Amino acid sequence: MMTANAHDQVSRMLALVPYLRAKEGIAVDDVAAHFGVAPAQIIKDLRVLWFCGLPNSVSGDMIDIDMEAVEGEGVVRLTNADYLTRPLRLTAHEAVALIVALRTLRASSDGAERDIVDRALQKLEFAAGEAGVPASNVDVHIDPVDAATRGQIERALRTDRRLRLEYYVPGRDETTEREVDPIRLAIVSGHTYLEGWCYRADDVRLFRVDRITALEVLPEPIDLPADARPRDLSHGLFQPADDDRLATLSLEPSAAWVADYYPVEQVRRRPGRVVEIDLRYSDEHWLRRLVMRLGGNARVIQPESLADDVRMTAARALEAYSGSP
Amino acid sequence: MTARKSERLMNLVICLLVARTYISKSQIKQAVEGYRDLSTDAFEKMFERDKEELRVLGVPIDLGSRDRFFDDEVGYRIRRDRFELPEITLEADEAAVVGLAARVWQHASLANATSGAVRKLRAAGVEVDDEAFDIVEPQLAVTEPAFDQVFAAITNATPISFGYRSASARRKAMRRLDPWGLVSWHGHWYVVGHDRDRGEPRMFRLSRFDGDVTVTGPPHTVVRPPDLDLRALAASLAPAEPSKQAVVAIRKGTGGALRRRATEVTPGDDGWDTVEVSYSSATSLAEELTAQGPDVVAVGPSEVRDHVVECLHRLAEGSAR
Repeated sequence: MMTANAHDQVSRMLALVPYLRAKEGIAVDDVAAHFGVAPAQIIKDLRVLWFCGLPNSVSGDMIDIDMEAVEGEGVVRLTNADYLTRPLRLTAHEAVALIVALRTLRASSDGAERDIVDRALQKLEFAAGEAGVPASNVDVHIDPVDAATRGQIERALRTDRRLRLEYYVPGRDETTEREVDPIRLAIVSGHTYLEGWCYRADDVRLFRVDRITALEVLPEPIDLPADARPRDLSHGLFQPADDDRLATLSLEPSAAWVADYYPVEQVRRRPGRVVEIDLRYSDEHWLRRLVMRLGGNARVIQPESLADDVRMTAARALEAYSGSP
Repeated sequence: MTARKSERLMNLVICLLVARTYISKSQIKQAVEGYRDLSTDAFEKMFERDKEELRVLGVPIDLGSRDRFFDDEVGYRIRRDRFELPEITLEADEAAVVGLAARVWQHASLANATSGAVRKLRAAGVEVDDEAFDIVEPQLAVTEPAFDQVFAAITNATPISFGYRSASARRKAMRRLDPWGLVSWHGHWYVVGHDRDRGEPRMFRLSRFDGDVTVTGPPHTVVRPPDLDLRALAASLAPAEPSKQAVVAIRKGTGGALRRRATEVTPGDDGWDTVEVSYSSATSLAEELTAQGPDVVAVGPSEVRDHVVECLHRLAEGSAR
């Protein structure tokens, strides 16, 4: 097997040569930023390229790089590489990854934006050729949201205005009213979210757009605190916080899906296809509803207070059914 | 070591790219610096490995006859039209969209693949903008360990087999599949294809894969039905749409989620409202109602009501067993 190093280096160099031919005198740091590697790596690549070319030809067609300029001024001048004027075609992996990303962008955009994405897609699909064909075998579903709501959020984002929203929190079964300074719209797990500074929570919060029950763009401008940063959503929406607690639940097979859906620290297999999980939670109401929903297919082992709470809540609910058939 | 190997591979590419006709192995051995001093055996082995490594990078090396009259005189070349990225020019706004697309995948191997593609576009003269564009940013996350292998099988059209734990099955079972497509639905990835054991289309959830995915055939051997509508098929294999009606009583000021999808709400004056909702599975509706505890009472039909009562009984006693 090829070492990851040589694979990455050759792949990079095949793009580096046509890139540098077109950008005479570009700074090493700029090249490094565009190629997503450290400047030292670019210098290593250049030292290798310096030995590449056609050694036996009459004209001595070796790639020529001014290494003094690289080391002195930190700029690259590459000449004499007429055999590598264009980059390699996209591989199927690259083409499919990029086209699916663009189609996902297309599905989450509208109007004028969608036209731009369509134009870019058309050109890329053409350039990718055969390699891009399997992209049609990948389908990313994005739940549609109310266009008027989304339009208002976009308007607030464009004009830097504060929003007032009524927001339904299913975990607590309550509708809350809050003022939010919008930061961005993001799509995670197929749902559209408004991320913004929430004055009720005094923190950055994510709001699922389909749970916004009423929305108003306020006249006042946003006033984002300096430390208001969008969250890194690369690991999904669940982010362990310091004040999270752990509950231990024992799940019957029909409730085993819980381990796929929620932030679970540990899963232990028990006899009889039962699994025991340690689940992170911050809101006891949310956890009680989850256990209730599992209708006896989940048993609370820890904390005991929750086990008691579930038992009593169920007993109270049963009273409504005791009289009638 | 890396430097010498990279240098040799680059020289091999350049040598085969400038060749006007197929060139023989012995010519290659002479022309490429890293091969020249090797024994014939050592060269043959190294050349085979290098060719395979270039193939993995996507470099197309053609094998052909060097002589019109003698088939055994074979040689190698790289055809420029198959090697080079075709001309592509993007307007500034299109390039900005591509820059944004490069941030969609939140999964290492696909994020690397998109960066690789963007790097090639830059080398082709496209000025891809790194700046944010005023558009919603979708993110595609992957948490399933089996994803990369299934993605490769979809890209290469290879049949696969894998261990699977379905929600209902007693234990892990091996499944054999001709994969047709990957579908992302509410943050979960599913693969749809022809189930070789059941002889019909099936959908599998990647989070239920157990263990490694095995490739069971050569590339490009999976044939998708030509008229396949991936989304429609996935929807037909997914849970049914609501079609039945249930009546529930909801305490005023509670049950927001149920009220939001109610088909009818009749306010009562005893602190309760009567609400009609559509459902497809009595079990899942009953579970949703049970979750509301004393704030919601299932009125009917009995398939829903009975299930709620059963759930509540189990919950009320459950923890004691």
